[in-house]
Amino acid sequence: MTDQLRGKSAIVGTGHAGFGEAHGLTAYDVMAQSALAALGDAGLKLSDVDGLFCTMMEDSMPALMAAEYLGIQPRFIDGTMSGGSSFVNYLTSATMALDAGLCDVALIVYGSNQRTGSGKLVTASRPPAYEAPYNPRYPISAYAMAAARHMHEYGTTREQLADVAVSARAWARHNPEAFERGPLTREDVLGARMVGDPLTVRDCCLVTDGGGAVVMVRADRARDFPKPPVYVLGSAAESSHRQISQMKDFTVTAARASGQRAFAAAGVSPGDIQAVELYDAFTINTILFLEDLGFCAKGEGGAFVEGGRIAPEGVLPVNTNGGGLSCVHPGMYGIFTVIEAARQIRGDAPGIQLNDVDLALAHGNGGVLSSQVTAILGSQNTL
Amino acid sequence: MSNTTGPDQIFRTALAKNDIVLPRCDDCGAFHFFPRVLCPHCHGTAISWKPASRKGKVHTTTVVRQKPERGGDYNVCMVELEEGVRMMSRVDGIAPGEVVIGMDVTAFVGEADGAPAVFFKPAEG
Repeated sequence: MTDQLRGKSAIVGTGHAGFGEAHGLTAYDVMAQSALAALGDAGLKLSDVDGLFCTMMEDSMPALMAAEYLGIQPRFIDGTMSGGSSFVNYLTSATMALDAGLCDVALIVYGSNQRTGSGKLVTASRPPAYEAPYNPRYPISAYAMAAARHMHEYGTTREQLADVAVSARAWARHNPEAFERGPLTREDVLGARMVGDPLTVRDCCLVTDGGGAVVMVRADRARDFPKPPVYVLGSAAESSHRQISQMKDFTVTAARASGQRAFAAAGVSPGDIQAVELYDAFTINTILFLEDLGFCAKGEGGAFVEGGRIAPEGVLPVNTNGGGLSCVHPGMYGIFTVIEAARQIRGDAPGIQLNDVDLALAHGNGGVLSSQVTAILGSQNTL
Repeated sequence: MSNTTGPDQIFRTALAKNDIVLPRCDDCGAFHFFPRVLCPHCHGTAISWKPASRKGKVHTTTVVRQKPERGGDYNVCMVELEEGVRMMSRVDGIAPGEVVIGMDVTAFVGEADGAPAVFFKPAEG
């Protein structure tokens, strides 16, 4: 997104459904409940929606399946599938479509029943031909190899990785919507079952059900809704590969480029951001993205997260809902970075509400560190 | 009749004869992997095939933890070959946790699911 689109669209509704376990519901049921929740939050109806932005873990045409299920006939759809980053990416395409008049009410929505449905990651992906013979476990083997390389190059420790999980849990403990709210120590993480060295099961995101949605309109009517509008000030993407074996540098992600362009479009810098919502599929993600987005230098992410520095009362609020590690992770988490960033700005975060948040960052990751999308959201004061 | 001229087929046909060959761009001279109809570096389409050096270093590595009754733990790693390309593979002949970043390894043609595939073993000497 260029600065021509700065503040041209706003989120006027957020919603979610099926957090934790959604017994008896299909992925599309959870998607629809999330859509209704977000539209209700905005004071709108499904019949108002004329732009649909959706992908699911199931099916090859999930946006069409979703529109059909919802009983709507949208005049603009975007079903681009870049993994969990898709829903942050839709902020850009929804802003473009709204600004161009291609739709008036944009609904971004996702739902999954992966926990009660199968108990593991649902995927329509085939194993890549040049990786399949070695049976990597997707996606953890990819992230484990990135973590191993980061440890090798920068001396990052397992203790520092563990502290990412401990901080996420510290936020989640205050969030009644979070799935895991019990105490968690560094020793708990280090002593947990090793799944893919150097990552234990507590370095990995949850496997839950859940869905989320946001409703967007053009900025010129964004103040006509019940909740304070949250403006999209900048959003940008960069895609570097699909298969982990094609990642050029295992310690540097495309978030460096997506972040730079999102900050430039918004006209702000990392030091201005008051709440940072990152896609933390694994503990290494948080470290990589804090570095690549410019919150600390490359290689210093381990020290940056150490000892509660990104926990409540730390130096930077990161993943204030508990993240994918402790709040919710239904296959793809991207939409929840947007929802939590928006709620922190609106002042109705479900857990710890930070004081006077005007600027928040949502960062989506897709594939195996493949697709990176960064969005800067702001309050009315930032226009 | 099966197509034996596409890049994927050329690579696999060679493997079946115990040969490891790598695609190299005639225009920019760089190797690439996986095989494809163009050079991902300069986008040239004149590709030649060269016998691989078979010499590489472990670039990064992990152990997939698995219960013994399901086959036990195994190694998955990325190996960087002397040619400058990386491939996913497994280092055999040592415990999966003994595979470390930077170690010298040598490629050989093994078998995975009934088909030939490139594996590595620790380099001798």
